[in-house]
Amino acid sequence: MWNHPYSSYLKEGMAAAWPICLGYAPLGLAFGVLAHNAGLAPWEIGLMSLFVYAGSAQFIAVSMIGSDSAVIPIILTTFTVNLRHLLMSSSLSVYLQRLGVGRLSLYAYGVTDESFALNMTRFRDGDWDWRRALALNQTANLAWIVSTIIGGYGGQFIPAGAFGIDYALPAMFICLLVFQIRGGLYVLVAVLSGLLAVAFSLLLPGNAYIVMASVTAATLGVFLRKGYGKGREGAEES
Amino acid sequence: MKTDYLLLVLGMGIVTYLPRWVPLIFLSRSRLPEWLRQWLDFIPAAVLSALILPALVTTGEPRHLTIFQPALLVSIPTLIFAWKTRSLAGTVIIGMALFWVAGRFFS
Repeated sequence: MWNHPYSSYLKEGMAAAWPICLGYAPLGLAFGVLAHNAGLAPWEIGLMSLFVYAGSAQFIAVSMIGSDSAVIPIILTTFTVNLRHLLMSSSLSVYLQRLGVGRLSLYAYGVTDESFALNMTRFRDGDWDWRRALALNQTANLAWIVSTIIGGYGGQFIPAGAFGIDYALPAMFICLLVFQIRGGLYVLVAVLSGLLAVAFSLLLPGNAYIVMASVTAATLGVFLRKGYGKGREGAEES
Repeated sequence: MKTDYLLLVLGMGIVTYLPRWVPLIFLSRSRLPEWLRQWLDFIPAAVLSALILPALVTTGEPRHLTIFQPALLVSIPTLIFAWKTRSLAGTVIIGMALFWVAGRFFS
């Protein structure tokens, strides 16, 4: 019997991770298959998923390995692709005040687009804390590592496009975006960010468009709120 | 190749970890000014939108605009469903189901 008080945090965090796991399964399998085709052994694939734990960067790295790229360019590309997590960790820090360096360092490992989106929503709803969030992070992490290794044995296992599983993560993101909207200003920031992201993504290679668009839109939001507050004495609050 | 691969994975791991770690350590122990709190408050909506929209309306490498694709079509009822029900589970299931159905019609 394991009746530790931590077990309830663990259970809730793990249960909340299901949409991410659902999305990571086909992605991880697909990644494993590609990595296998690029000549990586399952243990090498698992090692990358454990050390790096970043979906899109891993996809790019494997395609570069496949074309015999040198080590340094792959590392530099990984860095730029994952810079966007700076924004997400900054945003998360508001909810992780007064945690020790050790716990924060542990938490930092599990910050992905998906865990960020899900945990931010939970934190803001108020029924969430770092223990549950950490359990969610590590559950998603485990799903990613396991599915990439299974894919590395050369099996697709989930037929491509089955049950619309490829849409699990987009649907989750759409829903979490809706949850983030708390007034007209948020709609404006989201629409602006989306349109800028599309424009930048068409103009520039790579994924710098995510950071560029969100920083621009959020900054504009702050200025607009300032102007708004002066005109209407903060009528638009939560 | 084996040591090379270990170095590669280690290097990738470090450069991925640092941007995740630095803001958590530094921002969580300092008192943030009001404008920064507001700015960070807009970041989730901005980032989510910047992640989603390009994935729905662009395809290929280099990317080009592809407005008419199942992913975008399905996103509209999915968004409305999320708005009305505010249910994450329901939205994910409805989104997947619609995308599955749309895939059968489109291809």
